[in-house]
Amino acid sequence: MVEPNLIMFEDDYTKVNQILTRLLEESSSKFVLLVDRSGQMISIQGETETIDSMAFATLSAGNYAATSELAKIIGEREFSVLFHQGESESIHISIVAKRIILVVVFDNRTTLGLVRLRVKKAIEDLTPVFNSIFEKVAVEEGEEAIDTKFQTSAEEEIDKLFRE
Amino acid sequence: MALINYSSREINCKIIYYGCGLGGKTTNLLYIHEKIPDNIKGKMVSLATETDRTLFFDFLPLELGSVHGFKTRFHLYTVPGQVHYDASRKLILKGVDGIVFVVDSQRERFDDNIESFENMKINLKKNGYDLKDIPYVIQYNKRDLPNVMSFEELDKAINVDNVPAFESIAIKGVGVFETLKAISKLVIAKLSKK
Repeated sequence: MVEPNLIMFEDDYTKVNQILTRLLEESSSKFVLLVDRSGQMISIQGETETIDSMAFATLSAGNYAATSELAKIIGEREFSVLFHQGESESIHISIVAKRIILVVVFDNRTTLGLVRLRVKKAIEDLTPVFNSIFEKVAVEEGEEAIDTKFQTSAEEEIDKLFRE
Repeated sequence: MALINYSSREINCKIIYYGCGLGGKTTNLLYIHEKIPDNIKGKMVSLATETDRTLFFDFLPLELGSVHGFKTRFHLYTVPGQVHYDASRKLILKGVDGIVFVVDSQRERFDDNIESFENMKINLKKNGYDLKDIPYVIQYNKRDLPNVMSFEELDKAINVDNVPAFESIAIKGVGVFETLKAISKLVIAKLSKK
């Protein structure tokens, strides 16, 4: 396959979460999340107790994918920023290192201007982290944990759980 | 393209149900959603039209629990089967780890199945993938209907790669979990080979 698995190790994940937490605090947003373009959630930070984060991540990726195709149809490469404004809650979506979607959800406690400003800084910080993650993936295709023992155990779980 | 997080100890894989319109892709997911215990499944999301035809995709997350310390999840998706939703089908295939190709066994749908299979290969190519590199299984659905083609006939025409194939009546749940188990195991096997 052209696109390798996305593999996150401890130090990169910590860096990513630090940047997200800073973005969350400095922009006074409700929550922020990172999703890859296939819809897999990478990280989420903030007030997320009441939301279904998995569904949110999937729909964010679907939304971004659909809007990118709209862009292509009218001759744009893609829209670098999407913004959905609600009465009290709004969603700001942008792209990091071509493959990762950054979603910020905020309410009346902050402004679009501030969110935009802080997102710009966060993207600057996240881009080198993800570029280095992609490079590592290309080189290593991390194999430590996913061995035949893992496979056997996973198969047992599949047999146990995937039934009526 | 699975997501493996060594820090939060998570593995997420994407399995897609592909096939022609009204073949039973959404029915597979609905049955799994209905039967599987609450602690294993997440919320099912369906982006459908007012007449319950899939417009963009259905999504159902399943969680195996901890396997060797890794929370292992399968994200099940369907594509919209109707021919004119091709742009959406292409988008859903992004990052696919495994495919269930759902066949409508009725004789009059034969050409639609073949067309959908070819369309899947084209859309995979557009995403930079080759079907040869992706684990997949075939499900011959609607086996209870009177005008179905025989398993052998269908398998000869569609199963060119000789992959695991299952007969099903998705609406009654027959063959649904066998199919899910088979594709999940193939996806895990592919991950552990890397």
